[in-house]
Amino acid sequence: MEKTPIISVNGLSKQFGSFTAVDHISFEVYRGEIFGFLGANGAGKTTAMRMLCGLSFSTAGTGTVVGYDVRTQSELIKRHIGYMSQRFSLYEDLTVAENMALYGGIYGMSQNDIRARVDELLGRLNFADHKDDLVGSLPLGWKQKLAFMIATIHRPELVFLDEPTGGVDPITRRQFWDLIRATAKEGTTIFVTTHYMDEAEYCDRITMMVDGTIRALDTPANLRRHFADRLQRTYEDMTMEQVFYHLAREAKRGE
Amino acid sequence: MKSVLPILMRKEITQFRRNKVLPRLVMMMPIMLVLIMPLVTQMDIKNISVVVLGEDRSLLSTRIESHLANSDYFRMPESAYDYNHAVELMDQGRVDLIVSIPAHFERDMRNGHGKPISLTANAVNATKGGQGIQYATQTIISAVTEIAAESGLSAEGGLSVEGGLITVQNRYNPTGNYRHFMLPALMIIVLLLVCTFLPLLNIMTEKEHGTIEQINVTPVSRWEFILAKLIPYWILALVMIGFAMLLAWAVYGLVPAGNPLNIFIGAFLFSLCMSGFSVTIANISNTMQQAIFVLFFFVIQFMLLSGLFTPISSMPTLAQWLTYAFPPRYVINIFRSVYLKGTLFTELWFDYTMLFILAAVFYTLATFTYKKQN
Amino acid sequence: MMIVLIMPVILLMLFGFAISTEINEIPIAVVVDEYTPEVRRDLTALENNPYITLTGIIEERDVDQVLRSGKVSAVVMMRDGKRNVVLDAANSSMSVSAGSYITSILRSGTTMPLSVTTYMRHNPQLKSAYNFVPGVMGLIFILICAMMTCVSVVREKETGTMEVLLVSPIKPIYIVLAKMVPYFILSLINLATILLLSHFVLDMPISGNLPTLLTLCVLYILLSLMLGLFVSTMALSQVVALLICAMVMMIPIIMLSGMMFPVENLPPVLKQISYIVPARWFIEAVRKVMVEGLSMSGILKEFSILCLMTIALFAGSIKKFNDRLE
Repeated sequence: MEKTPIISVNGLSKQFGSFTAVDHISFEVYRGEIFGFLGANGAGKTTAMRMLCGLSFSTAGTGTVVGYDVRTQSELIKRHIGYMSQRFSLYEDLTVAENMALYGGIYGMSQNDIRARVDELLGRLNFADHKDDLVGSLPLGWKQKLAFMIATIHRPELVFLDEPTGGVDPITRRQFWDLIRATAKEGTTIFVTTHYMDEAEYCDRITMMVDGTIRALDTPANLRRHFADRLQRTYEDMTMEQVFYHLAREAKRGE
Repeated sequence: MKSVLPILMRKEITQFRRNKVLPRLVMMMPIMLVLIMPLVTQMDIKNISVVVLGEDRSLLSTRIESHLANSDYFRMPESAYDYNHAVELMDQGRVDLIVSIPAHFERDMRNGHGKPISLTANAVNATKGGQGIQYATQTIISAVTEIAAESGLSAEGGLSVEGGLITVQNRYNPTGNYRHFMLPALMIIVLLLVCTFLPLLNIMTEKEHGTIEQINVTPVSRWEFILAKLIPYWILALVMIGFAMLLAWAVYGLVPAGNPLNIFIGAFLFSLCMSGFSVTIANISNTMQQAIFVLFFFVIQFMLLSGLFTPISSMPTLAQWLTYAFPPRYVINIFRSVYLKGTLFTELWFDYTMLFILAAVFYTLATFTYKKQN
Repeated sequence: MMIVLIMPVILLMLFGFAISTEINEIPIAVVVDEYTPEVRRDLTALENNPYITLTGIIEERDVDQVLRSGKVSAVVMMRDGKRNVVLDAANSSMSVSAGSYITSILRSGTTMPLSVTTYMRHNPQLKSAYNFVPGVMGLIFILICAMMTCVSVVREKETGTMEVLLVSPIKPIYIVLAKMVPYFILSLINLATILLLSHFVLDMPISGNLPTLLTLCVLYILLSLMLGLFVSTMALSQVVALLICAMVMMIPIIMLSGMMFPVENLPPVLKQISYIVPARWFIEAVRKVMVEGLSMSGILKEFSILCLMTIALFAGSIKKFNDRLE
């Protein structure tokens, strides 16, 4: 894995009136890694991600994504990234193929390119039969996978996933992560937020956000070892959930 | 990057076609408005119930009474034996107008000491009351004129009414057909509703479903996105106007006196204005309910203050100044003038120019209020 | 939210001051053959009249152009002692009034021993406020109560929160009734606003029984709430709810209730339809109470019809509600 940063953030903050949602966070994400942004609901993960995607203006601090500044060059950033929101915003009254063609076209792919890519992606998931189904008729698990496909249809360097596995069964979750890892192997950097602590094991490095600040930034293994030592527990006992509980006990908000 | 516009527009059109309610509604609306509204919007009052009192059995009074009875506007289902009885009938709602001819009316008229005829109207409904009085006065005058002509009396005779020398000619609407007057206005109502509510609902639905966020994270530019949303509606507006015009011809025989192209140009510019306006509202609203109400508020102002139902010249000066910013005002003038008077394009240059300016203003507003990043 | 409270005020102001058919200004042009004393007399009369603007003397060949382009509303042609008033009947619903007005000015120079005096019962100043305030009330309440309640209930259906409520031990009908409470209160505030405004600013009398008027209005508000509820049981999305409300409620109310256009003139078919428009009965009753000063006894017919409608809608809504739950 190369160690060139694809995201670089310094003191980034977002304030809503008197409420600080994101409080001076600093970190780097390297090309090709799966970077997990963990934290409780309300910790500030989505807000932070939205600033990196160019959906939200930061109120302090600096950041660059794929080499462009998040405040002044967000439109350029958008050309090189993919995004999957919490609500998998797909057009329910369009078919699978139509949704994919739409976004492929938006990112400037040629007709032939799109067709080939659609076949490739749908084939990978054995979904080709449902190409002409209306998205509204699909079950949740499939919508989720479709949203991921659309986020990566244009082979972006970096893809942002906001709580992509919300509300689906454990098997589907596992399948989804297989998908993510396959994409990462192809060289795409993955930035994913989640509140499922067990998913941290799939990531190369993670951070823990609590109350808008970063309380930890390391590989999952290192974190577990660190806290196992600190709390005089075994490595096996110290799951990511345990790590989180320990960190979150100091939180003012959260569950 | 080549333009994304065609792709976005294809999506909009596909979504419109798949929608179960909208296309049907869009077809129904012109039909309903053009067919039903003219039946309803009769400002002329008919069937005014009138009672004539008076002991003067002269030729003049009976002539007045028969003119009233034969008039389209009046009917005489009741009779009263005196004024108080007539008023009672009025309070019961059975009589709308009381005409009292004083005793010795004709005799006094010939002597030059005519006593006034008194008209009493039930003015709870002010329009009805006022018009009743007006019609009655006209009818009475025509009756008197007739008698004067028959008696061969001249101006010295005391029974003269020079009304015979004054004629009134209605140009451009010789039948005085109120429908012909209202139809162009109704077409505009159709346009107004389609070009404001549909784009607004479209955008608010995307906002509430979250699909707009997905678009915001792509490199699609603001103006492309908005244009893609609006263009289908501009085309729709033109189609609907064409359809409405066909209907008007088929059902009422109403054909534009002037160049139909002028009407289409007016409709097009108008749809630009109104869709830009409604997108601006959509951009600054958070929920569908809120957006709908704000839009509705403005649409009502536009409908009532632009000369659709009541003339702008009757409004207080301050309000008249306000209407210069209202697109409907110009398009109503354009439609009516071209349809009924055959006015030329160059004669309407002011209206067209203002529409163009307003369209540019609203479109700019629409683009600027759309924030991909906040 | 503010819109909901401001709207009645604005509507009343609009109707009260802006919307009228009064003649303020009639631009005219004149064609003159010969400057006889009578012609001069008529010209002076026209020129001096405050409501007529004499834009100039023109040639006969320009008459068409000047009317067509909308520069003037009428042309008076003075020839051979005759006067021909040519009106632009396309550009004004009041060309008839304009015509009569001009004619009366021309005529005032002549002898006319015939005179007519007029009395207006109940409305001596012919205030059109008496006409439309009931109409505005009818419209506003339906708008707020029916439309907003409807959209609000359907919104819950759409977002799925309705299901959560339905699963709770509270009887569904109470949930829905609770939804209506805010709009009920809003409507009461609006009612007070409208009454105060129309009385103090538009000089509308509240000559009848105030209690009767209030009872009538509250009944109508309840009716509107029920109507909103009923429609909400049929719509699945907010957009559809809105469109149904607009087509089925707003437009018939504006057209068929007697608010702007007189009901007497409707062709028989539409007249039948107008009988089921609740606003029609409400507006009639309000006019009777506010302007004619009648009390409950005078509006029994309208009142009972409104009561029946309310009950029917309520029953219908409950039934539909329960049907869906099975």
